[in-house]
Order: sequence, then C-alpha cells, then structure tokens
Amino acid sequence: MNYKNDFPMLNKDIVYFDNGATTLKPKCVIDSICDYYSNYSSNAHRGDYKISLKVNEAYEGVRNKIKEFINARRNDEIVFTSGSTDSLNMIVYGYFKYKLKENDEVLVTKSEHASNILPWYELSNEKKIKVNYIPLTENHTVTLDNVIKSITDKTKVISIAHITNVIGDIRPIKEIVEYAHNKGILVVVDGAQSVGHTKVDVQDLDIDFLAFSAHKMLGPTGVGVLYGKYNLLNEVIPTKFGGGMNISFTSKDMIEYKELPYRLEAGTQNIAGVIGFGSAIDYINKIGIDNIEETCDTLKEYIIKELKKIPHIKVYNENVEGSIVTFNVKDVFAQDTAIYLDKYNICVRSGSHCAKKLEDELGIKNTCRVSIYFYNTKEDADKLINALKNENILVESLGV
Amino acid sequence: MESNFKRALILENYEKPLNKGLLNDNSYLRENKNNSSCIDNFDIELKVEDGIIKDIRFDGEACAIATSSMSISIGLLIGKTKEEALKIIENYENMIDEKEYDKDLIKDLNAYDDIYRQPARKKCATLGISGIKDLIEKSE
Repeated sequence: MNYKNDFPMLNKDIVYFDNGATTLKPKCVIDSICDYYSNYSSNAHRGDYKISLKVNEAYEGVRNKIKEFINARRNDEIVFTSGSTDSLNMIVYGYFKYKLKENDEVLVTKSEHASNILPWYELSNEKKIKVNYIPLTENHTVTLDNVIKSITDKTKVISIAHITNVIGDIRPIKEIVEYAHNKGILVVVDGAQSVGHTKVDVQDLDIDFLAFSAHKMLGPTGVGVLYGKYNLLNEVIPTKFGGGMNISFTSKDMIEYKELPYRLEAGTQNIAGVIGFGSAIDYINKIGIDNIEETCDTLKEYIIKELKKIPHIKVYNENVEGSIVTFNVKDVFAQDTAIYLDKYNICVRSGSHCAKKLEDELGIKNTCRVSIYFYNTKEDADKLINALKNENILVESLGV
Repeated sequence: MESNFKRALILENYEKPLNKGLLNDNSYLRENKNNSSCIDNFDIELKVEDGIIKDIRFDGEACAIATSSMSISIGLLIGKTKEEALKIIENYENMIDEKEYDKDLIKDLNAYDDIYRQPARKKCATLGISGIKDLIEKSE
C-alpha cells in the first residue's frame, strides 16, 4: 500500500527511518488537532456550555478508544500523561516509592531506555533499594530463563521494555509476567516502542503497569498513557497536585481528591494532543496492527539481507525480530554515517539512543539505527542500501 | 586551501590524531567537553608552564570533524604562550562564526573554513578547541 497521500511528510523527498524516535503524523491526526483549535477550542470537564461538552466527549472518547486498543478492563485504568517518561516516573515515584523497602530489588536490563532506568536509580539512592540487571543473551535479548535466574527473595518488581529501542527485540512479556506473578512480583512494561507496532493486550499479557507515548504511534508529541490495573493504579499517589484533580480543600488537613483517572491528571491536560491521539488510533485500527507488524518485519528482513552483502557494514542485531536495524560502517563514526546519509535525505539516528548502559553489552557505544514503520517502502530501503554501498562514506561525510 | 588537501588533512588527523590518550598526571588541568546536540565527547588535559602551553592531551569518541580539529588544534597550540593561543582560538572561532579572522594565524585550521555551510557541524569543529580555551583560562 502507498501511504503518501495520507502523510504530508512522505511527500517531502525524504526517506524517514527514525521512527523509533518519533513517527510521522497522518493528515487525519493533524486535521483533528486543527479542528479542535479552530472549531471547538475550550477546556474539558467544564459542562457549562455546548462546545465544552463537546471537548469533554472527545477527550473521554479517546480514553475509551485507548481502553479498547490495549484491552484494558475499564476506562479509569487509562491515565493521560505527557508521554512514556512521565508515565514511568509516575509509576516509580507515585507507587513504588511507597511500596518498596530498603534492600528490595528491582530488575531491569542494560538495554532499557534512560526513562526506565534513571527513575529507578534515583529511587535507589533515595530508598536504598537495589537495581539489578537481567543478563542478556549473546543476541542481546531477554529470555525467561535469564529472568528466573535473576530473581531473588528480594525481587519486588521487574521493569522492562516490551520492545527495546536500540536492538528492537521483543521480550516474552506474557511468560515473564506469569512467572513473576507466581512469585508475587509486579511487572512494569515500557511500551513506547511496542504499542501501535505489535498487538498489546494488557489482560492477555496480564501487565501490572504499562507506559506508552502517542508520538511513537502516529500521534502528536506531548501526550502518552499510564495504564495500571485498577487496584494498583488506585494506590498511585499523585506526583502532581493542582486543578482538575481535587474535589475540595478547606485547609491543609481537609483535602479531598477525585477518583481515578482524574486524580492523576492535574492541571489542564494536553487536550489537542489527546484528540490527535484518538485519530492516530483510528488510523492504526484501519490499517490493522497485524498488517503493520508484518510490513515492518518484511522490510527489516530485506534491509538486513542486503546490508549483510556489503563488506564494510556491521549489523548488530541480525538475529533479532522487530523493526530496528542497528549497524555501523567500518572505521566510520556513527554520527559521520548519519550525516553522510542525510546528504541523500535519508534520516537515521546515531548515538547511544538513550540506552547508555547497553554499551556494556554491545562493546560499542555509538551505532546507527534504522527504525522502520509501516509507511516505509522497499524503495526507501533501496535508497538506504545503495547509499551505504559507497566505499567513501567517511570522506563524503566531511562536507569539505 | 584546496579541497583535496583539506580532506586529506582532516582524514589524516582523524585516523591518527595527535596526543590521543590521557596521562592522568596531576600537573595537568583536566576538563570534559561534550556536545549536547550530538554524541561527541572529549576529555582534555592541558599543561601550562611559565605561561607557555607545554602539552595538550585528549581522549574520547567523536566524529571526524571534531576529532581532526582537536588534533590539528593541539599541533598548532603546543609551544605557544597562553596569549598567542587565545588569539589563535579567537580567530578560529571567528572563522566558524563567519566573522573576520586572520587566515595566517590559524594555519591548518583553515581546513574548516567552509564548515559554516553545515550548521550542525559547527559545534563539532569547535568542541575540542573550546575545551582547550576553558583550560587555558583556568590556568594560573
């Protein structure tokens, strides 16, 4: 299928392979945001006039769409946040801060995004808890066996990405959760790279907390979701206090907060963002999540197959499923490769991709990352592959 | 400076940079410089004696432009007085910022005279030398 008519950015003569950082937005998402600002701009949760009611319906309608999309049990298990980082911080600082005791252990991996490591590091400094790492396999993946080996009597929570943002491996969440729950361990899933890319059913996977961002699944920046099982989410202490989340306050000892999800949504929310997010979900549903996943997998396999034919390219994750290709050009710094590709209007990311602990595993700090989404085509892939066949990448990257 | 010569100079200094590797000697001042908008990262050491730059060392990971300009800067600045070095740095920074500068003073650093055409690379071209400048200013 050709999506060029749906995405204004796809008509700009660029090859966009930085979807792991953020995805492009279809016109319907952009239009829904403009429509809100142009035609019914007002605040939500104020039922005093017609357009405000309309905003409220739109806003809560998106909550319901998200509930359906991830198959949550109820709408009040969906809290709007500013994105995955915000959601993960709320989980760590609103829930686990009050539940974990000295010497309790958190299990993460070295391929986590900073947003799923730094809040835990900070909490470990504050509460004297321990952050331990599940060892990765030689392909840098997580197996249930390695999770089992890492669990001790002190393990209280496992916090891992569903799909990682550097290697792109898909973790066996369902098996990990099942095993963890039998041991009384909670599981937090960073879904930033998975929701909207593969099927995520929170009931089937039995996830306790899930964080994800709209902008990595066609939606606008600045909006995301914190999902939690109702009984757990209901124990999350707000990390932000203010308007919209309280019922009354007469003195510092007489404060009453709202029920979920509003208690965790202080201040005027990113209403335009939420409305745009709703359109993104409609669009993804129209394409079909299985279709999205299959398209990405096929293109990734093709890119890896072709890159492996080029002697000066080293691919770091060829044996991993998912939609990311991580590579370097021999003797060329990752950033120089990215700058070289930019001359051909090919957008890839270079660096450590916010997964700074992964250096310990890969043995290399900086890589180039091609991250695919369903609108990428074989033609895009061929432009990338042809550009990388050049044996003078370093010289041509200099621009002098 | 002719393009082929510039390229050769940059590549040579990228592939075999001068004074790469730190000494961790207490007689050196030390500073880390990293580029927040990309992934260049240098540790820099500087030794000044009697107002003269005796040695500059560096280590770290960075792109070809950052590494080569660091290497060329080191070659140019060792042996200079602090005042001479600061003057060279000022003229180099002026060139990068498209201001007036003295070509004769900055010697091989003229290789970067059209970096201004790549705004994203301006920081790469000045990362190392700005660290050296900080250390010279810190030195007694």
